[in-house]
Amino acid sequence: MSSAMTMNWPAVRAIYRFEMGRFWRTAGQSILAPVISTTLYFVVFGAAIGSRVSAVDGVPYGLFIVPGLIMLSLLTQSISNASFGIYFPRFAGTIYEILSAPISPLEVVLGFVGAAASKSILIGLIILATSALFVPLRIDHPFWMIGFLLLTAVTFSLFGFVIGLWADGFEKLQLVPLLVVTPLTFLGGSFYAIGMLPPFWHAVSLLNPVVYLISGFRWAFFGKADVNIAISLGMTALCLVICLGLVTYIFRTGYRLKS
Amino acid sequence: MPIISISQLSKTYTSGFTALRGIDLAIEPGEIFALLGPNGAGKSTLINIVCGIVTPSSGTVLVDGHDIARDYRAARRTIGLVPQELTTDAFETVLNTVSFSRGLFGLRPDPGHIERILRALSLWDKRDSRLMTLSGGMKRRVLIAKALSHEPRVLFLDEPTAGVDVELRQDMWRLVRALRQQGVTVILTTHYIEEAEEMADRIGVIRRGEIILVEEKAALMRKLGRKQLTLHLQQPITAVPPELEDYGLALAGDGRELVYTYDTRAERTGITGLLTGLAASGIRFNDLHTEQSSLEDIFVGLVREDGARA
Repeated sequence: MSSAMTMNWPAVRAIYRFEMGRFWRTAGQSILAPVISTTLYFVVFGAAIGSRVSAVDGVPYGLFIVPGLIMLSLLTQSISNASFGIYFPRFAGTIYEILSAPISPLEVVLGFVGAAASKSILIGLIILATSALFVPLRIDHPFWMIGFLLLTAVTFSLFGFVIGLWADGFEKLQLVPLLVVTPLTFLGGSFYAIGMLPPFWHAVSLLNPVVYLISGFRWAFFGKADVNIAISLGMTALCLVICLGLVTYIFRTGYRLKS
Repeated sequence: MPIISISQLSKTYTSGFTALRGIDLAIEPGEIFALLGPNGAGKSTLINIVCGIVTPSSGTVLVDGHDIARDYRAARRTIGLVPQELTTDAFETVLNTVSFSRGLFGLRPDPGHIERILRALSLWDKRDSRLMTLSGGMKRRVLIAKALSHEPRVLFLDEPTAGVDVELRQDMWRLVRALRQQGVTVILTTHYIEEAEEMADRIGVIRRGEIILVEEKAALMRKLGRKQLTLHLQQPITAVPPELEDYGLALAGDGRELVYTYDTRAERTGITGLLTGLAASGIRFNDLHTEQSSLEDIFVGLVREDGARA
């Protein structure tokens, strides 16, 4: 068998551990930040505003926002972890070591994206645990919940990886998350059901891919969704395939990696 | 079989700049090969292509018989690279970053091997220090430790002694000699030509993306080295006597020295005739010494000569 066909697992493990090392080095900040922000969301949306909002589809508002809160962090954390993870070695010049090592593109992606997804899933679980302090949690389909969590974390970590390769400055690194992903997440039904919108805006919302992620994730919690669960799953899978395609293209062409 | 075979290797960057033009080069196992060339000659591009960092435009490179494109894993496992720039992960510790490199090359952790490398490079006491706290010289040692972490059979040193102090430079050359004894092939580029002169078995000179010379160092020195004979005169003279004009003598040291340049390869060096002629002219001397051209003289001569032809 050609050596090119044997996976270099020690390399995947080395990249994964190296990337996770950064998370644990700043564990206080990594863990405390999502706990504090979740608490703030619950104080503002749950207690202050939520007490004046009636139940949504029979789910109390405080509980209703839990999947949206997790998704919000999952998307932003996946993108920022993965984009920073690959951008920093490019910026510092240490990428030479990855490029000159006997590693396939698949192994590089597994290491970086695996670590980024792991970090954001951990943060998602921390938010879930923090939420349990404020509302009585209910998860109707725990396996689907884990499935959506994994799928979304991997998809958006891949997307972050692409941004980290595309960016040629720290400003660009923030551009897409700030101008595209955060608005799409807020407008994607994190804090409301899109069924609550007037028909025109409801239709517009369906163009937003994040709607399908949040809807599917919320269905896993409460068994109720804005859009059909199969369509949610299909759209999430489509996002994954698009990101995989982009990453494959980048490695094939050596875009931004090799001159 | 050469450990590295480079055949018709060319590289033109997307900017249109051609860095390499049809390079052919074979590096033998266990040798120390010095690649000399002015800035921008293509040294780093050549190294970066062999190591997988830059994609060639055409040509082939085999490392220990493995094609760097088709069988890149086997080719790259053979190679350790110490880059020119001091690129390190500021927040990592020495031990972690060196262990990380070993993992990248697909090897299981071997704390004993890592400890030996760190001790050999005087880094063991700094193993738990973060890289950002180290001096430039120490960071250079870390880069070497990283390159050696996976026990490579070929080591590329791209300008390894640029900007390092004398102590580290000497440590580094001791290490290179020790590696050669273990059978490691070392390919280095350097601006310190005296180091190439001292260390290398063979020397290649690259200019404008072309290898203009590859030669055994000793043979190169013999072949291209000119010698100068300096005679220290008892009495100063104001002009070379007409009967000695054919020797092309030069007066130096306020007329107290006569300098004769001759070719060691020539059948007759002319020294005997010159000394006889001096005696006949009544010129006496009380001392003499000879000097051989340094590699630097040869290198400068070569690059100039080639530049004049271009």
